[in-house]
Amino acid sequence: MKTFIRPMAGWWRRNPYYLWYMLREASCVVITAYALVLLAGLYRLQQGKAYFDAWRDSLSTPWSIALHAVALLLVLYHSWTWFKVMPKTLPFIRIAGWRVPDRMIVAGGVAGAVLCSAAILWIAR
Amino acid sequence: MRTIQIECLRYHPETDAEPRFQSYEIPFSDDMSVLQGLQYIKDHLDGSLTFRWSCRMAICGSCGQMVNGVPTLGCETFLRNYYPGKVRVEPLNHFPIVRDLAIDQGDFLRKLESVKPYLIAKDAPEKGTFLQTPGQMDEYYQYSKCINCLLCYAACPQYGLNEKFTGPAALALLHRYNADSRDAGKAERMQVVNAEDGVWGCTLVGYCSEVCPKDVDPARAVNQNKINSTKDYFLRFFRK
Repeated sequence: MKTFIRPMAGWWRRNPYYLWYMLREASCVVITAYALVLLAGLYRLQQGKAYFDAWRDSLSTPWSIALHAVALLLVLYHSWTWFKVMPKTLPFIRIAGWRVPDRMIVAGGVAGAVLCSAAILWIAR
Repeated sequence: MRTIQIECLRYHPETDAEPRFQSYEIPFSDDMSVLQGLQYIKDHLDGSLTFRWSCRMAICGSCGQMVNGVPTLGCETFLRNYYPGKVRVEPLNHFPIVRDLAIDQGDFLRKLESVKPYLIAKDAPEKGTFLQTPGQMDEYYQYSKCINCLLCYAACPQYGLNEKFTGPAALALLHRYNADSRDAGKAERMQVVNAEDGVWGCTLVGYCSEVCPKDVDPARAVNQNKINSTKDYFLRFFRK
């Protein structure tokens, strides 16, 4: 039987849903860059105060501020997308026979992230 | 009566090297579905247009098609929602086109068979029938609502990129039987789950669950089984 198979090239541009999915996947590149900057800071810290201060100064350059601003936006989006799909990765959770609704699982994840972020900000203040 | 333009993908395997689009202008009323629009074309304008349909009420799963780029059942999508724009109807993405809007479902049917979508029963109870609590039924009920319409496969880019991937509906039906308290076939089906092209072919795009017309949530079935597959892998070290 002769059939025709359409090519997949550019598939992720055909539907906004795929674009958001690709942004979720691509966000890990910028988040990795942020983690490497943080790791460099740790390395500088063990080298001594002068090195650590130089690293801190380098953070206030426009490029560094831009990277951190983009990383913050992407990490917020990245967190939201994963909490949104969290119920799909879990078996049904039941408490005394009552099935916990998906939106409560999502809300629980988001609340946990907000609490952890607030705790870190409080410690670092 | 208002009219709307329907643009259909046409492909005739004996005369066309590749698909092309053909436009039809049809009169429509508020209660007309995209499927009825296609039927109008076939009855009044062009009898050669080929498409599948049967029940007209989102039960048989035959009329799955891409409507303006979104996998949908033609019977439950209304023309009025697209007016005054045009409606572009294409066969489901990621499947070989046999002719016009009809796709070859053979690959899916082979995968469906591979997941053993039937109860592999435990020893039958000595008296009467199997008993099941509402809680036990709730574990699999939503997955049993699948009508094999293949919208989820058309929504899944991983299937489009790798046709070996078992895919959303077959894995959802696999889970439907594994999660059934009357079933004893889990060990046989875990081979499909654990395979390279089983659940691990999924990257949780999640669009399959968005387009499912029966709220089966195949992404959930697939991703729950990533946990089951991981347990299956590690627990074997503790088994004799």
